[in-house]
Amino acid sequence: MIAYLIRRVAYAIPILIGVNLLTFTLFFVVNTPDNMARMQLGIKRVSPEAIEKWKHQHGYDKPLLFNAKADGAGRLLDTIFFEKSASMFVLDFGYSDDGRNISREILTRMWPSFAIALPTFVIGLMVAISFALILTLFRATAADVAGVTLSVVLMSVSLLFYIIGGQFLVSKLWHWAPISGYSASVDALKFVVLPVVIGVVSGIGSSSRWYRAIFLEEIGKDYVRTARAKGLGELPLLFRHVLKNAMIPILTGVVVVIPRLFMGSLLMESFFGIPGLGSYTIDAIGAQDFSVVRAMVFLGSVLYIAGLILTDISYTMVDPRVRLS
Amino acid sequence: MSFELVFLPTDALILVLIAFGIVGAWHIRRRPHLVLPWRRVAGSRTGMVSLLVLGPFLLVGLLDSVHYRQALPEQNHGGTVYSPEVLSAFDALAGDLRTRTEKTYSAPLAAHLYAKESIETPEGKVTREHPRLTFGGAHLTDPDRQLVRDVAKRGLFGALGGLAVGLLMYFAVASTMRTRGAGADKGLMRVFLARQRGFLWGLLRAGVSRSLFIATLTLAVCIGTLVALAPAYHVFGTDKVGQDVLFLSLKSIRTGLVIGTVTTLVMLPIAMLLGVAAGYLRGWVDDVIQYIYTVLGSIPDVLLIAAAVLMMQVAIEMHADWFPTSAARADARLLALCVILGATRWTELCRLLRGEALKLRELEFIQAAQAFGISSLRIMMRHIVPNVMHIVLISVVMAFSDLVLAEAVLSYIGVGVDPATISFGNMINAARLEMGREPVVWWPLAAAFAFMLTLVLAANLFADAVRDAFDPRLNRTEAS
Repeated sequence: MIAYLIRRVAYAIPILIGVNLLTFTLFFVVNTPDNMARMQLGIKRVSPEAIEKWKHQHGYDKPLLFNAKADGAGRLLDTIFFEKSASMFVLDFGYSDDGRNISREILTRMWPSFAIALPTFVIGLMVAISFALILTLFRATAADVAGVTLSVVLMSVSLLFYIIGGQFLVSKLWHWAPISGYSASVDALKFVVLPVVIGVVSGIGSSSRWYRAIFLEEIGKDYVRTARAKGLGELPLLFRHVLKNAMIPILTGVVVVIPRLFMGSLLMESFFGIPGLGSYTIDAIGAQDFSVVRAMVFLGSVLYIAGLILTDISYTMVDPRVRLS
Repeated sequence: MSFELVFLPTDALILVLIAFGIVGAWHIRRRPHLVLPWRRVAGSRTGMVSLLVLGPFLLVGLLDSVHYRQALPEQNHGGTVYSPEVLSAFDALAGDLRTRTEKTYSAPLAAHLYAKESIETPEGKVTREHPRLTFGGAHLTDPDRQLVRDVAKRGLFGALGGLAVGLLMYFAVASTMRTRGAGADKGLMRVFLARQRGFLWGLLRAGVSRSLFIATLTLAVCIGTLVALAPAYHVFGTDKVGQDVLFLSLKSIRTGLVIGTVTTLVMLPIAMLLGVAAGYLRGWVDDVIQYIYTVLGSIPDVLLIAAAVLMMQVAIEMHADWFPTSAARADARLLALCVILGATRWTELCRLLRGEALKLRELEFIQAAQAFGISSLRIMMRHIVPNVMHIVLISVVMAFSDLVLAEAVLSYIGVGVDPATISFGNMINAARLEMGREPVVWWPLAAAFAFMLTLVLAANLFADAVRDAFDPRLNRTEAS
């Protein structure tokens, strides 16, 4: 298993290089260092010397991808691409346009994101699975049809409406929770409740439909018929057999998102004024701060790959037949 | 008055899509095994009702995709000068709806502005009151007493008219189909028709046609009421700059449809080519393609889209001279957004197709083809692709509603369509701040909500019907 993990981590490196290459091309082909210098210096007519000076200060006075003047390995290493992406691999993201250390920002901002995303994820998962189990129990009845219809309606509403509607009803009309904001102490609870509830409600539709489909597929299998023939009741059947055997397809979709919970949700955080990574990203997009966006893209990819590895490990935990080798 | 047709890039792509649809339908029509799943769709109650609801949306979207520029009265050296404003066939049909703008907010079906203003009375005194609207309810002499009556009268007339037209259309369509179906049974609607024995008897009995009948009438009544009220009132009120919210909602439909369909057009060729090639050819081709989609798939979607859109904005700003009109620029952004969405979304379908091709290549008919020495390219085109088409179709219809929803979110983040493009996302974005006003301005949001929910819900239900009809895992025993 250790050897397997090492292999997986090693396999992640070319993927991360690919991610870097892609974002690098996206950013620098259209937005050349000269353009960046002009934008940053903010003047219409900038002297070529000023541009060169800015490029030198910020380390952009090298060739982009291939340095023809250097020799040997330097041809690839003495370039902007290498300098800007090599530091990412040791999680040094450099400085944002307003001069702050991006790594430090990420470390402080990931906790508020996590405080919203983790409860949303856990509660959402439990609610959706319970709802799907209930629908499975009442399959092919009017209750099932009504439940599925409700799920389709729920998933046809844009997340924006859930947020705006929730804020309006809960905070503005009923004054149950503050509209937005965050605090680092225990007070945080009252700020967290509304985004979590909205996150859970908006997610129920699609996920419970998906779980229901998994359960229904499982319930049609032979071992379920055998269990039923042996006189097992419907409820123990669902919990002891169907739910357990449905774990593999459920884990496939669920475990992969766990590491990314730290990244938070762009929409939730910006609507509710939570100082997490999601709102950090959205602000960076708005301010066109490319170094922050690049850092978040890299971080997101790292966490995604971590999620894939976690998924594989989780298979071995729920299914003894799976061996990692 | 003369005019000049304008083909914006997305218009052209929509024409391409329609052409694909016609060619596809023609291809399917003669092959009973391909017609069969479509018959199942035609036999599905939710499928047909949702298709019926999608109909008016598609119609508005299509009309809104025929663009033209009107000739200006003055001549320039004998040549005709065209207005810089690009209009669509829908704009022409909607007539005054586009131009009848008020000063600012007004509630649905109101005759007065929403806010009080200082008004000088004929006697010279200044009072604060809600001023009359320029267009909404302008024909009333005493709105306080007449408004409710007038609205009820017009609404009722519209509803009855709609009901009559709906009945007429339903029976016209149903009877032509019956006579066609009675001769030789051809095509799609046979199952539906076979259920209709007597004319009215069939209506009351059969599930599909009864649902369709009820849905047609409901839809006809709604549209009739809207059509009757829209010329005299702002049915959904007006927004901050006094634009009619009904008009904005209807214009948003095209943007949603374009994003939902053109994105697919971008995504399909990449996903099919790479997915089938990776699964069938294996080896280094598989490795390279897997690498590409793992890299793309590992980047958070929104961030990748945001990064690409930011770059696209920079490119468009730097080359302002590429676009003759502002409509062309907005359209370029819409198209670019579709391309970007397509470029980020193909990985999922590609992975599915690769898996399916991996399974198919081990089957005997493929091995037989290989043994006959047929080239890989030909095997992929003739044998693999037709056998994965159901997956492609299912993911296309499932993606549509996702894309319409995604547009709204992206526009909110600021990486969506051009701010000048009328879209659901931009509508919600503008309406969001109005919820904080006192008293609340709720109607732009409510209208966007209603239109978007109807569109997305119908699309979702239709997608479900298509998936159920095409999913080979569901074992059916039915005579074809």
